[in-house]
Amino acid sequence: MRPEPVEGFRPAQPAEDVHGDVSVDRLALADELAGTAADGSTAVASADAAEYAMRLGDDALVLAQQLGMWIARAPELEEDVALGNIALDLIGHARSLLHYAGTASGRSEDDLAYWRDEPEFRNAWLFEQPNGDFGHTIARQLAASVYLFELYSRLVDSTDPTLAAIAAKSVKEVDYHRDHATQWVLRLAGGTEESRRRMLLAIADTWPYVDELFVDDALVERLAATGVAVLPSTLRPAFDAVIDEVFAEAVLERPTGRTAFIASGGGRAGSHTEHIGPLLAEMQVLARAHPGASW
Amino acid sequence: MTSPADLSVVDPELSVEEARFNDLIAADSRIEPRDWMPDAYRKTLIRQISQHANSEIIGMQPESNWITRAPSLKRKAILMAKVQDEAGHGLYLYSAAQTLGITREEMTEQLIAGKARYSSIFNYTTPTWADMGAIGWLVDGAAICNQVPLCRASYGPYGRAMVRICKEESFHQRQGFEILLELMQGTEAQREMAQDAVNRWYWPSLMMFGPPDDQSPNSAQSMAWNIKRFSNDELRQRFVGMLVPQAEVMGVTLPDPNLRFNEETGEYDMSEIDWTEFNEVLAGRGPANAERLRRRREAHEDGAWVREAAHEYARKQSERALAAAGAVA
Ligand SMILES: [Fe+2]
Ligand SMILES: [Fe+2]
Repeated sequence: MRPEPVEGFRPAQPAEDVHGDVSVDRLALADELAGTAADGSTAVASADAAEYAMRLGDDALVLAQQLGMWIARAPELEEDVALGNIALDLIGHARSLLHYAGTASGRSEDDLAYWRDEPEFRNAWLFEQPNGDFGHTIARQLAASVYLFELYSRLVDSTDPTLAAIAAKSVKEVDYHRDHATQWVLRLAGGTEESRRRMLLAIADTWPYVDELFVDDALVERLAATGVAVLPSTLRPAFDAVIDEVFAEAVLERPTGRTAFIASGGGRAGSHTEHIGPLLAEMQVLARAHPGASW
Repeated sequence: MTSPADLSVVDPELSVEEARFNDLIAADSRIEPRDWMPDAYRKTLIRQISQHANSEIIGMQPESNWITRAPSLKRKAILMAKVQDEAGHGLYLYSAAQTLGITREEMTEQLIAGKARYSSIFNYTTPTWADMGAIGWLVDGAAICNQVPLCRASYGPYGRAMVRICKEESFHQRQGFEILLELMQGTEAQREMAQDAVNRWYWPSLMMFGPPDDQSPNSAQSMAWNIKRFSNDELRQRFVGMLVPQAEVMGVTLPDPNLRFNEETGEYDMSEIDWTEFNEVLAGRGPANAERLRRRREAHEDGAWVREAAHEYARKQSERALAAAGAVA
């Protein structure tokens, strides 16, 4: 998709006329989607690759939706900006991934985001866990961004060129997200007694959702065999190593034992926790009130 | 040593610093933080810049209201970027105000205590998606007309902050225009939504330029100091001149039956502005005054433990660094 010029929009007068040192920018409103060719076209995904892209796209979308709620509510203005940046990056990833996923079934990114119901969403449970206090958001950010970084750093070598291109763009951004989360874990764990108490609680509440990220199933096994996908289980050692390093510096222990992910199949199979229902209802309400409308 | 000839050119009432300040203003040069400046100039700037910063920060709220419900992913991304820009504007302006000797904590305290002003426009509510279009087109549009001349404000840090801000505001106005244009080209319900939002935001946006020139007591001094460059009415005229052709392109009607270009005066004739509502909102009785302040206070208080943690962590880190340096020495 390319930005279309808006006809009829013009600044009131040439910038030089009154203002001297400012010109009115003509900025592109829509970023080009990663993984599309120069003419805006995207390769058509196989059914398996589409399902895989939908998993990754839903992870990014659901997390972005939650982080967006912090804007104008963050503990300081710098965090309104930082969390907003992270949410924006994730929306960009979601758009590229869902756009690609939709090519297999003739659906757009918005068809997928706004017109699927809860059981059709494929995100892992971690991403739909609520913001909680800032500590919970940071704990979720740490697990999510370390996982996404390991994933995208390997997916850049995917035999599927579209996925490889999306991963190449995303990996640099999630590297920043990882750094942001790490800095805050250190500050909260090493700050005041109160912040340390909250950080410990947040990690204990969040970690049961980590195991699900690394579960292999038939789909990823098929895709990994042809080099399209990364087998989630292979990411675990690197994930744990990074987390251990952060936790060592923050004097925290990695929780073990409890896992929320059980035989239901989890988010990848369309089974979700109770949090996603209200989240989707809010996200989709306006679009669904105007079927067929464009915005 | 000073010769009698030198003395004769200096007004004996004027200090050397004050004469230099006047010269800088007369030459339309920048005043910088270390330069001497009259107290009243400093106070005027602190008031104006902190009000402006507060407006950016409170202004995030009416639009953040729609981030979670934006009707397409592209619109969601653009809206997030916009609200995030406003936080950035708040930060640039706080920095500019800080160079005048007020702290960010003081400005924040004044804001959440309800003692500091912010632009009344943000006390209106955003019941529909079309409000995202109307705010961008009209509110950011009015802000641009007000602010672009401030890029040349005599106080250097303020002028430079405004250059960065204005570049982003022009993008905001354009995205607002695009939202409305898309709605006007959409379904009947979408067109109604767009027109309704324009009806609600048009007059409040005209009021953003402040009272008519003959009732604006502070303007003259600000213009003499090169803080303000154009009068309220001049800016309002310029704004309407910008809106009219754009409204035509979109097919929205500006809700003023008397609005027309007067060939003789070269200006737009328009209906008398009804200031009663504006004064009500200004006096704190707008649709969302209490809500905006409550929300800001809540965010500030909920975040206190996080800011304290960051502060404490930084303190411990520098203590450790000092101890390490001591051990080496
Ligand atoms: Fe702004
Ligand atoms: Fe703006």
